[in-house]
Amino acid sequence: MKSVIGIGVIAWCLGYCVMGGLAAEAQMNVPPSSQLEQALVDLSSETEGTRDQAVRLLIEQGDAALLPRLEELRANADRSLRMAIKPVADAWRHRMNLASPDADTRRSAATDLGTSGRPAAIPWLEAAAVNESHRWVRYAMEESALLLHLASDNPTVKQQAASKLGDMRSQNAVPALKELVQAGSEATASEPQKTLAQAATIAIERIESWNVWSSAIETLFRGISLSSILLIMSLGLAIVFGLMGVINMAHGELMMIGAYATFVIQECFKLYFPESWFDSYYLAALPASFLAAALFGLILEATVIRFLYGRPLETMLATWGVSLILIQGARMYFGDLTAITAPSWLNGGAQVLVGVFLPFNRLFIIGLSILSVIGIYALLFRSSIGLRVRAVTQNRSMSACLGIPTRKVDAYTFAFGSGLAGIAGWALTLVGNVEPGLGQNYIVDSFMVVVTGGVGKLAGTIIASLGIGGLNKLMEPSLGAVYGKVLILVLVILFLQRRPSGLFAVKGRHAEG
Amino acid sequence: MTEHGSIIYLEGVTVDYDGFKALNNLNFIVNHRELRVVIGPNGAGKTTLLDVISGKTKPAAGRVIFGKDRDLTGMHEYEITQLGIGRKFQAPSIYGNLSVWENLDLSLSRPSKGVLATLRGVSTAAEREEIDRTLETIGLTEQVHKRAGSLSHGQKQWLEIGMVILQDPELLLVDEPVAGMTDEETEQTGRLLQSLAEKHAIIVIEHDMEFVRQIARIVTVLHEGTVICEGTVEKVQADDRVREIYLGRQKVAHV
Amino acid sequence: MPPQPSAERHEGTMFWIVGFVLLFVLPVLNVLPTEDSWLHVSDFALNRFGKFLAFAILALGLDLIWGYAGILSLGQGVFFGIGAYCMGMHLMLTIGSQSVYGSALPDFMVWNQVTELPFFWKPFYSFSAAVLAGLLAPACFALIFGFLAFRSRIRGVYFAIITQALALMAWLVFNRNETNLGGTNGLTDFKTILGFRLSAPGTQLALYVITVLCLGGAYALCRWVIASRAGRVLIAIRDSEQRVLFSGYSPANYKLFVFVVSAALAGLAGILYVPQVGIITPAQMGVLPSLEMVVWVAVGGRATLVGAIVGAVGVNLGRSILTNSFPELWPFFLGGLFVVVVLLFPDGVMGVAKQVRGKLAARAVRLPKSSAVEGEQV
Repeated sequence: MKSVIGIGVIAWCLGYCVMGGLAAEAQMNVPPSSQLEQALVDLSSETEGTRDQAVRLLIEQGDAALLPRLEELRANADRSLRMAIKPVADAWRHRMNLASPDADTRRSAATDLGTSGRPAAIPWLEAAAVNESHRWVRYAMEESALLLHLASDNPTVKQQAASKLGDMRSQNAVPALKELVQAGSEATASEPQKTLAQAATIAIERIESWNVWSSAIETLFRGISLSSILLIMSLGLAIVFGLMGVINMAHGELMMIGAYATFVIQECFKLYFPESWFDSYYLAALPASFLAAALFGLILEATVIRFLYGRPLETMLATWGVSLILIQGARMYFGDLTAITAPSWLNGGAQVLVGVFLPFNRLFIIGLSILSVIGIYALLFRSSIGLRVRAVTQNRSMSACLGIPTRKVDAYTFAFGSGLAGIAGWALTLVGNVEPGLGQNYIVDSFMVVVTGGVGKLAGTIIASLGIGGLNKLMEPSLGAVYGKVLILVLVILFLQRRPSGLFAVKGRHAEG
Repeated sequence: MTEHGSIIYLEGVTVDYDGFKALNNLNFIVNHRELRVVIGPNGAGKTTLLDVISGKTKPAAGRVIFGKDRDLTGMHEYEITQLGIGRKFQAPSIYGNLSVWENLDLSLSRPSKGVLATLRGVSTAAEREEIDRTLETIGLTEQVHKRAGSLSHGQKQWLEIGMVILQDPELLLVDEPVAGMTDEETEQTGRLLQSLAEKHAIIVIEHDMEFVRQIARIVTVLHEGTVICEGTVEKVQADDRVREIYLGRQKVAHV
Repeated sequence: MPPQPSAERHEGTMFWIVGFVLLFVLPVLNVLPTEDSWLHVSDFALNRFGKFLAFAILALGLDLIWGYAGILSLGQGVFFGIGAYCMGMHLMLTIGSQSVYGSALPDFMVWNQVTELPFFWKPFYSFSAAVLAGLLAPACFALIFGFLAFRSRIRGVYFAIITQALALMAWLVFNRNETNLGGTNGLTDFKTILGFRLSAPGTQLALYVITVLCLGGAYALCRWVIASRAGRVLIAIRDSEQRVLFSGYSPANYKLFVFVVSAALAGLAGILYVPQVGIITPAQMGVLPSLEMVVWVAVGGRATLVGAIVGAVGVNLGRSILTNSFPELWPFFLGGLFVVVVLLFPDGVMGVAKQVRGKLAARAVRLPKSSAVEGEQV
């Protein structure tokens, strides 16, 4: 009971201003019946029984129109009166909110009523549920009504409610159902209590077996989400690795450049554009982050990497030096923490199943990774530029003989791979802070993806990032993030025992580089 | 040709590169002290044949028997080398940062090539003598202290041949030894191979028919991973199927 | 390139001269002159130098595997860290009840509410066990890791990335509190070693001398390996692994050997580092420190043992000067150093020195370098 009051208090505090305004506009011209008048007076009664009766009566028969009256009473009420007023006001307010235009408000009102323990709310909820169009709000209303039924005196109603809650896989019903099971297992339990306990047990089992599924789905989703981040990062890395045999250790910092480009665009929108345009900054930042990173990649290729062809280890080290400089440069120029406000259309998420909630920003990243893969496939396999890239990847000297400007192909491919890193940075601003160390967080993982995937095959990169990202999230709950990562390293090494050149190794006469 | 007398015997060997059969149920026998030349169009599986014998490629099916009854399938390259199979690659494969002498010294056949033995090992007088002899054979005595990386292409080829000779193999695998050599060098190489064949069995892969005619006694023609013809140079050149393969898809008219 | 005999003789003389300076001149200058004399080497400077020389031991091992065998290991920090932690654990236990909490357990364990010493700490009561573990644990770890990696022919960029992942994992694991290794704060507040107070100048001088001796030993060991036929096999692996295989050597075994040696040397460096610096934390063994170790060798000059030592001492000297006066500039300097060395001076300081020497000699003799200079063979 205490917790119910507690929740009510919070709801009161939160809802106070808004509700007060709404209540004033509600119908005020209907004269309250004398019964209600009497109940309002009884609220201040010294006798607890009278007070409780008044509360019950007011909840059952009054409505939000009477809220101003309660406010009057509340103005100079003592503690016990305030305690009496609260449930009444809450109930009325929730009832009113069941008809709110905002789905979230309706939903939370329904949920609150379900935990209030007031059977009077059952008809309200059932009535509201009939007209409700939003699937998950309706679900909350039905669930709350059933929860209240569960507290009814009629064993048959109780039993039906329990099994229906089981049907609905209601997460919220588990504590109440467990109480019923507990009651049924006691020595003094009556026959109906025992049958009820049986029904409750079955319901709990159904709910919990669903829980396993829903958490599996959520884990899977988190895994796919991490995989897509890894994938977007690794794509650029893998293309460059496949073409030039070069691992770019500054890839993470190219990503950081993309993220900072996004940040700069955001600040520009804040300063120079009307506020209503703010949400579109994020779209404007996409080309900006791609171009910023690609341009930088071009410079990096022209000043460092082109001089190190055929020396992959040296390239690794030199690009690492570049990454150090970039990180420190960003730290000195931008400072340590830079906040990105995600555009409003990426806030929130979608509920797809009972207990399964998918945030929009993660969905966005998954979609982006799919688009990137499609785009790269189109570019590599459906365009003449892509044909040249593939030709140089397979046989550099032959391509040069055929008049393909291999140096240019290298430079542009490297710039393109860098641009992809920029896009990855753009996407990463949705799920993390923009900070100089941004690139370092995922970079080792994405190196592992490239190594596991093998050289020159995009399919390898895709499968490896799915595998590594998925495994990461799969093992996190049981092993913790750190040991999960350690286990993945071990698995990758063991995997390389069987396939030393990655998933999709080139076989035959080009196998030895 | 009995199995008993063979130095190398391949039986039903298949190598599968993602569906492409580089060798397809290949049977191949070479006898002791035989100089065998393997020819065939590009992609016939010539180099793959050497890869399988030397352990670089593991066959999907079949057996490779060395000498009397030593099954080579599943063995490491270095183990096979120590058994007595030497290999000369198409592109010269030498140690560019070591001197010619060091190149040869490392290749010399020794009872143990393990880490500990090599850490303590000192070249004996007999070994030095052998290296000097080989230096003469391959004509690199002058360059003995030169960095191998600074040798000319032909000299590198010769150095690699010298390295393989020093391994004292019972069977030598030689992949296109005269590619990129001058006529004179080619002839020298031919003579060298023939003199080596007096003590070792040699399998040579070659494209240059002139050269093949110079050295070969028996020629094996590979096509699409199988042997399609085997015999003397004349017999092979007269074979219809061989001509068909080499002259392309159009049917060769009988004369 | 293998050192030519003349260079070898040259290096031999240098070895004894430098050894003499490090082993006698510096300690004498530390002890004898008065503190205000310009000849005086302060305790602080000597201690600092001792730390650099410990790093030089690690650099020798790294040079062996990267410079000679061409295998880039980005995980040397892990082996260094394991060695350092072994010594650190021993020093932790010798603190005994002198600690802040007055418990026989190390302070951080009291802090983490660990009531009993974890089993793997127990052997570290013994000094010799700690030293042995500091050498053998990294070696064994390298043996297992290297066996798996080299057996399946993971090489080049692949090996570099796998070892880098190893460094990341080790850093993550050592940072955890439940591994009972002090978490992020590592092991510190050591009091004594073998009964001698660590804060006493005499102890530090002794540690310095031991470090110099170990460095000399490590140098001799590496020299011996390089001069042997096995050393040439290592260079051969760098040049053409395929030819090594078809000459009857197992490259995997040689790589494993040199990897294990380099790990043991890194462990030794860690053992010597801890009592001189007084702290070891996971930050010293992560991805970044491991990469920095590679810079040392690159700057000094790969495939020259002297270069590794020069690089380790030089870069660390530069680091301590720069981080004192311009801490923000150090990453720029380090990053720039790497790019410049890789791009412009692939043979590092030793390469530059050799070029300069060559030019001077050519000017003096008025003769181009002839093959006669290269001398006779082994």
